[in-house]
Amino acid sequence: MKDHFSDRKFVIGAMIVLPMLLFLVRLFSLQVIDTSYQISATSNVRRNVTQYPSRGLIFDRNGEMLVFNEAAYDLMVTPGQLAPFDTAEFCSILGITKEYVDAELQKARDYSMFRSSVFLKQISSVTYAVLQEKLYKFPGFYVQPRSLRKYQKDIAAHVLGYVGEVDRQVIEQNPGYVMSDYIGITGVENTYEAELRGEKGVSMFLVDVHNRVMGSYQGGRYDVPAVVGNDITLTIDAALQEYGEKLMMNKIGSIVVIEPSTGEILTLVSSPAYHPELLVGRVRTRNFRQLASDTLNPLFNRALMAHYPAGSIFKVMNGLIALQEGIITENTRHTCPGHYTVGRLTVRCRFHVTPQALPGAIQVSCNTYFCHIFRDMLDHPKYGSVTSGFNVWAGHVRSFGLGERLNSDFPNELRGNVPLATYYDHFYGENRWRSLQLVSLAIGQGEISVTPLQMANMTAAIANRGFYISPHIMKGIENSEIDPAFREKKHTTIDSIYFEPVIEGMYRAVNGPDGGTARIAQIQGMSVCGKTGTAENPHGDDHSVFIAFAPRENPQIALAVYVENAGFGSTMAAPIASLIMEKYLTGSVSRKWLEDRILDADFINRTLTAAVSDEQED
Amino acid sequence: MSRKINIWANMDWITIMVYLVLLMAGWLSIYSAVYDEAHHSILDTSQRYGKQLIWITAAILIAFAVLLTDSKFFSFFSYFIYAFTIFLLIAVLVFGTEVNASKSWFQFGSVQIQPAEFAKLATALALAQYLSNTKQKLHSSKSLFSLGVIIFLPVLLILLQPDLGSAIVFFSFIIVLYREGLSGYVLFFMILFLFLSVLALLMNEVNMVILLVLSVFAAHMIFGRNPKLTLKATLIYILAGLAILGLYRLLSPHTILEIRLIVASVTGSIILFFLALYYRKIHAPILLGFLVTAILYTYSVDYVFDNMLMPHQRSRINIVLGIEDDPTGQSYNINQSKIAIGSGGLTGKGFLQGTQTKFNFVPEQSTDFIFCTIGEEWGFTGSFILLGLFAFLLLRLMHLAERQRTAFARIYGYCVVAIFFTHAVVNIGMTIGLVPVIGIPLPFISYGGSSLWAFTIMLFIFLRLDAARMEFLR
Repeated sequence: MKDHFSDRKFVIGAMIVLPMLLFLVRLFSLQVIDTSYQISATSNVRRNVTQYPSRGLIFDRNGEMLVFNEAAYDLMVTPGQLAPFDTAEFCSILGITKEYVDAELQKARDYSMFRSSVFLKQISSVTYAVLQEKLYKFPGFYVQPRSLRKYQKDIAAHVLGYVGEVDRQVIEQNPGYVMSDYIGITGVENTYEAELRGEKGVSMFLVDVHNRVMGSYQGGRYDVPAVVGNDITLTIDAALQEYGEKLMMNKIGSIVVIEPSTGEILTLVSSPAYHPELLVGRVRTRNFRQLASDTLNPLFNRALMAHYPAGSIFKVMNGLIALQEGIITENTRHTCPGHYTVGRLTVRCRFHVTPQALPGAIQVSCNTYFCHIFRDMLDHPKYGSVTSGFNVWAGHVRSFGLGERLNSDFPNELRGNVPLATYYDHFYGENRWRSLQLVSLAIGQGEISVTPLQMANMTAAIANRGFYISPHIMKGIENSEIDPAFREKKHTTIDSIYFEPVIEGMYRAVNGPDGGTARIAQIQGMSVCGKTGTAENPHGDDHSVFIAFAPRENPQIALAVYVENAGFGSTMAAPIASLIMEKYLTGSVSRKWLEDRILDADFINRTLTAAVSDEQED
Repeated sequence: MSRKINIWANMDWITIMVYLVLLMAGWLSIYSAVYDEAHHSILDTSQRYGKQLIWITAAILIAFAVLLTDSKFFSFFSYFIYAFTIFLLIAVLVFGTEVNASKSWFQFGSVQIQPAEFAKLATALALAQYLSNTKQKLHSSKSLFSLGVIIFLPVLLILLQPDLGSAIVFFSFIIVLYREGLSGYVLFFMILFLFLSVLALLMNEVNMVILLVLSVFAAHMIFGRNPKLTLKATLIYILAGLAILGLYRLLSPHTILEIRLIVASVTGSIILFFLALYYRKIHAPILLGFLVTAILYTYSVDYVFDNMLMPHQRSRINIVLGIEDDPTGQSYNINQSKIAIGSGGLTGKGFLQGTQTKFNFVPEQSTDFIFCTIGEEWGFTGSFILLGLFAFLLLRLMHLAERQRTAFARIYGYCVVAIFFTHAVVNIGMTIGLVPVIGIPLPFISYGGSSLWAFTIMLFIFLRLDAARMEFLR
């Protein structure tokens, strides 16, 4: 047969060769020129698993462990790798509902199909053990080990603070954090976050399309191990803290105990407190909401944040200022007729032996005496005007750290209030105010407000005869030094010689022969110096206040105790302070009767009862 | 007249060597694609590589059997074989097992047989038999009708399964018909309309019309009264456009496709414009007719695409054309396939070292996407060698076809070339994102007994015919 078309083989040959050439060009560009496919391939098969470091442990000053870690497991999901699975079995293993599964999967899908999201947080090790066996049935899920805080004792919740997940704002400001990382939110956990958190590591695994681990990536060459957080030692004395919290049970208020020579906070109680475990793990959100809505406000750290009127304890400050300014000597006496009256203004005083010099005035807490010396100072001609006299006065007050932050290592410490001259200028008009209008400052009332921490610090400064070290909670950090600012002495503007008469007064208040306001605070064989206060409270019963230090020479302990609505300083605050001092200085408490009286006192339920009956009356 | 010749001496051993090399490459790729530590024995028949070893052994035995068959058997029984496979294609619609919503398989115990694979072979035989014996001219309506029935009867039955991929392969017989005298215009228009179809889907109507008007205007300017010249000009225009398009894509891969097309068409028009200055001829009616047909066709493609295709088919086409960018859907497969091949680099990751294919990122990695394993583990070098082997095999088979003394053997040879060519181009083109995802196997490489046996029989019938070529006098 004749073949007329054999030339067409060339056309067909070209048709075969051309696509092959085109493919070669394409393959060359895919495989050799474009390297992005290599990167995609790597990211396809590589799963970076974050290795979370365990947080540093927290110890008390005596090396007793307060906070440690417990393993927990987050169940993660990668929606793109999910395959249909037995929801019923899945739910029963984890103890969750189908609705939860659906909702969480939807959330995860909305976030990303290919990146993993947390599906269920903090599975217990028991559930984890069961789940691990069956995990192969649930492609797309994997488990990420985490650690949770665990507390040895139910104490110091406010000091320790709590750990929670970072929020969006933190992530934006600190690129080191990513969603679902933990961060210290309050207390020491927050202040020393950088030391406690450690460094995250990463392990790289090869995974198949179902996200099953097929082995380590490049033999683990690029893995970065997690670095465990540094352990820290607090200045807290766990036993004393526990005792302080026990004494404050059923009372609202605060105890701050400082070692005067170092500024170390031995105890910091804010009552009512809460169990620190309440704010750990999955229950945190629910419990937090409950605690936050509690009318007694247990989350509020009263030791650092509650503003109280200074009250009578402030008289020691006015005594010191008057001595420093030469307004009085330790022998200056004023007569007290039982009240201080100028025109229509009357400040009442209690009955006591009169006339008194400064130590005696402190001992009996004579209002009249301090009104006299306060006005004498402000009106003294050497200042030229009341305003400049007031400014000198306020300067001395501030040198004790009042009206400003003490720069402790608590982020939420408040500054209290020491009014400025401009405040009165604004209130009365410039130069329109006189010393008489300010006279309530003489006895610690009026515009001045302080926090318990500031009062404890003031007491420490008096115990030290003129200096303090910023109160702090950090005693030592593993692999690091504490802030040198916590070794620095801050001198007050009062010369050390002027402290003796005031300390004498405080000593007599506790141990004085007659008329001492705080004789209940006496400890056998211990030279306790103290000053009671009864802070007038416009909202209800007066607050019971007491500051003290001991022993008189070479003081070991200084403290301030506030008990809200408990009346006179001598009724509640002084005995509590005394018991604390005895416990710390002698290691035990001998006055069981006093301890029992304090433990039995209940100001919270009494307050509640009163509130209920008030309502009934309305 | 015929004479007996020692068939082993006349056997084309070169083709057999290429065949064996491809089988080996295929088996190694399957082994690598499904390799896992737990089942590393090559004889483990629970794994695909173990099974494939059985298919390969059987294929070689079948090849022997074919070679030992009398060469005249195939032409003599061609219609019978054809009729039998048509019967099988009807039977599979009734008795077949439904897999992925299509009835393409007979299930005998653990063995699956896909009659569509054998239908290609049978149609090739019937086509060769008809064309070599008809007294009619190819263009006569009687022979066009007969050819249409021979080719499209199996296509129709396969579409009923439905199995689009296998059906498409039958269109490659156009190449055979062209070789045997079908007008070049048919082939030309097929390619042209394939090109227009793609363009029509890619561009909006306005751009398309502008493009066509420009091109036809240019063609008109050049070739005027001569319709043959107009067609030639259009061909030049399209080829130039395609070349520029391809070049543009390589140089600047991130430009929007539409811009590239417009640049290509305008450049093409400018080239034609200068040619037109040389010819200066005009022929209005042909110009108009061409324009109207092209526009109507363009719109009809859109209509078919929007109204007649299934959603998954639409989306596959859209993805290849770059219109749809959906990382989770259809393009996930193409994307993963490209990642696997692209990550191979120049020399590849090495045997068993491919992570993308081994960890199942690539779908169907031992059947339709087997080329990914080669691309990933052997890199551009391996891909180049494999493409080279296929090109060599196809050209070798063409060469063998051309040296046949009987029209039957020659036509049958071209059928084999056309089928292998289509399978190779569609399969590899699909894995590198140049062709829509159409599931057809890569000859001798992909896992699967039916296709391997069908391709083997197809090839060895031709080799048997070739070995017997000397029996016929010229």
